[in-house]
Amino acid sequence: MRSLINILDLSTGEIEELIQVANDIIKNPKAYSDKCRGKKLATLFFEPSTRTRLSFEAAMYELGGNVLGFSEAMSSSAAKGESVADTIKTVSCYADIIAMRHPKEGAPLVASMNTEIPIINAGDGGHNHPTQTLADLLTIYREKGSLNNFTIGFCGDLKFGRTVHSLIAALSRYEGIKVVLVSPKELRIPNYVKTELLEKNKIEFTETTELEEVISELDILYMTRVQRERFFSEEEYLRLKDSYILNEEKLINAKKDLAVMHPLPRVNEISVSVDNDDRACYFKQVLNGKYIRMALMLKLLEVE
Amino acid sequence: MMNIDPIKNGIVIDHIKAGKSMELYHYLNLENLDCSIAIIKNAPSKKLGKKDIIKIDAAINIDLDVLGYIDPDITIDTIKDGVLVDKRHLELPEILTGVIKCKNPRCITSTEQELAHTFKLTDRENRVYRCIYCEAESNE
Repeated sequence: MRSLINILDLSTGEIEELIQVANDIIKNPKAYSDKCRGKKLATLFFEPSTRTRLSFEAAMYELGGNVLGFSEAMSSSAAKGESVADTIKTVSCYADIIAMRHPKEGAPLVASMNTEIPIINAGDGGHNHPTQTLADLLTIYREKGSLNNFTIGFCGDLKFGRTVHSLIAALSRYEGIKVVLVSPKELRIPNYVKTELLEKNKIEFTETTELEEVISELDILYMTRVQRERFFSEEEYLRLKDSYILNEEKLINAKKDLAVMHPLPRVNEISVSVDNDDRACYFKQVLNGKYIRMALMLKLLEVE
Repeated sequence: MMNIDPIKNGIVIDHIKAGKSMELYHYLNLENLDCSIAIIKNAPSKKLGKKDIIKIDAAINIDLDVLGYIDPDITIDTIKDGVLVDKRHLELPEILTGVIKCKNPRCITSTEQELAHTFKLTDRENRVYRCIYCEAESNE
């Protein structure tokens, strides 16, 4: 039985297949409402993430299955010092599939090495979060009609943002992608992302500190949060923080069909006034996350 | 060149980069053996100019992955009854287990002590190994 630990575990063909199933679920949810009858999803959240956990749980309920699990390590045996391997071997006796969030990088891989049932990585520290990337890809597909031939801007904290790194990894396998990286110099994309993903896959990319200079070129704008604690100096933070806040004024020069995305939660990096703009896609992204998780669980459980 | 008696049954680790033999001696835990071991440093070499050689006068199992990781140019000669029966050229191993440690404090190996530290070769040309769990690059 396969697991999903890293977005690159899925071939582009498999991602296409998941997108097609998710689109079909969106069109005809009733046809899927009983597909997982009798199946149980265990949500093992060793650190809290209400948004992701609820998305997985809603996805399984909408497929007619059931959910069990815990939402923080203190309410699990991990608090008593149990290893990931032992927890997984135990939970595998109760559940058919596991969605796991863990603060340590690589914990879901350890889980998958210790069970026969599928493990879905629901986030491991700052490392991978493949179902967020799938939600992003479904959103791009639904907004742009394809995963090829567009210019995507990533704006904000590109150094620590795992969603950005994973989405770049996923997009590096498609044709005609141009990447524009917008960040303060302290939060530039790590070098290995440039060398091992962008340059290696011959993806055209540019770097800038000013969103306004490039916004008119973009088909997609992927916003992330810039946190005060990431800056080395308070002055620098104060100087730059507003450059990374998206508001209606900055959108004036943007394309009419721009798709504004954000992995959420948002703090103030997208002004609330943008929510009413047709180009805002971040709440659609949340909904798409549920549908793609439904498609993923059907695939991993091999439900026809 | 200095002469050391030929071995009858054992292993010759040849073409070691000059100066690397002691590191290798420790990696292979050769100090735990009680057979004769000769370490020849800075021996003349046509290929390398200078090289180190280790001769072990006992038929032991050598961890070839460790050797390949330290120096893929090393050759291993197996001697049986005074005759060379096998000559092996090494290469960088695809997977390396229990040789180097992941130093990323956010990696699951930092808290689960019984997990074997395993690395995967991700870039042969630049000799890049990454932890299979957290994908951090080894800097050893």
